Amino acid sequence: MRSVANNTKIKNKMKLQLPSLSVNEGMARAAVAAFCAQLDPGATDIADIKCAVSEAVTNCIVHAYRNTFGVIYITVTLYEDKLCKIEIRDRGCGIPDVREARQPLFTTDAEGERSGMGFTVMESFTDGIRVRSKVGAGTTVTLLKRIGSKN
Amino acid sequence: MIKTSGKLTHTLEGGRLTLKPTGEIDHHSAVALREEADALIYRTHPEVLAIDLSSIEFMDSSGLGFIMGRYKLARTLNCKTVIKNPGVRVSKILALAGMERIIKTERDQK
Ligand SMILES: Nc1ncnc2c1ncn2[C@@H]1O[C@H](COP(=O)(O)OP(=O)(O)OP(=O)(O)O)[C@@H](O)[C@H]1O
Ligand SMILES: [Mg+2]
Repeated sequence: MRSVANNTKIKNKMKLQLPSLSVNEGMARAAVAAFCAQLDPGATDIADIKCAVSEAVTNCIVHAYRNTFGVIYITVTLYEDKLCKIEIRDRGCGIPDVREARQPLFTTDAEGERSGMGFTVMESFTDGIRVRSKVGAGTTVTLLKRIGSKN
Repeated sequence: MIKTSGKLTHTLEGGRLTLKPTGEIDHHSAVALREEADALIYRTHPEVLAIDLSSIEFMDSSGLGFIMGRYKLARTLNCKTVIKNPGVRVSKILALAGMERIIKTERDQK
């Protein structure tokens, strides 16, 4: 994952907390996309951001807080050089093997009609993704998107 | 800007059932879409199931699950599945999953 240069100035920052209700999937992606609009993104950038955010938020709801409810913490940081950093964090069950979880088609929930393509979608629609997870403590997915890059 | 759920319209012609979801397909909307679609498939017992994706405004990997789920159900009823007219965004996601190798995709000339 490309790191964010220390000297890059922060332009704006948003924090959002939502309960893990599926109705908030649409809310979360629309809110993040609206906030990122300040960086003057194209239609493709917006569609990419919406889809990647939807994947991460859905994972909190269906996996992290499976059979329970919790809070989803979203932080969006916009940098002067048109970089957008989106952090999606849960305090759910955690992922025992992140490398395995990120493989295309890997899912722990095949009966739930999941295809195991969420992480693959996040990877291909952003310019970088980092996953930090601890079993029993939760997961943080960090997405980097450079606005205006052709990806 | 926020459209909370996808809707489903359908047409039945000969033995061909066309399901046309519109709006946004995510995990939230997929639950209702799935129930409605399966009820139609069981009721009409088609020879061909066409899933028309031309009116989708947003779809994530939950849409892949929705399509695969209907494909699997159709197969148990000896019914063939085709995907119709996915837009640019939807096509990208289908391609990531290699969906076109499993389900035939038809694109009408415009
Ligand atoms: N926030 C999370 N907390 C706990 N486990 C997670 C989390 N996110 C992902 N996982 C695990 O990683 C696996 C892969 O996630 P991914 O999003 O790629 O696929 P999926 O959610 O199973 O299916 P799809 O996203 O295609 O519907 C999941 O099946 C789940 O086991
Ligand atoms: Mg997922």
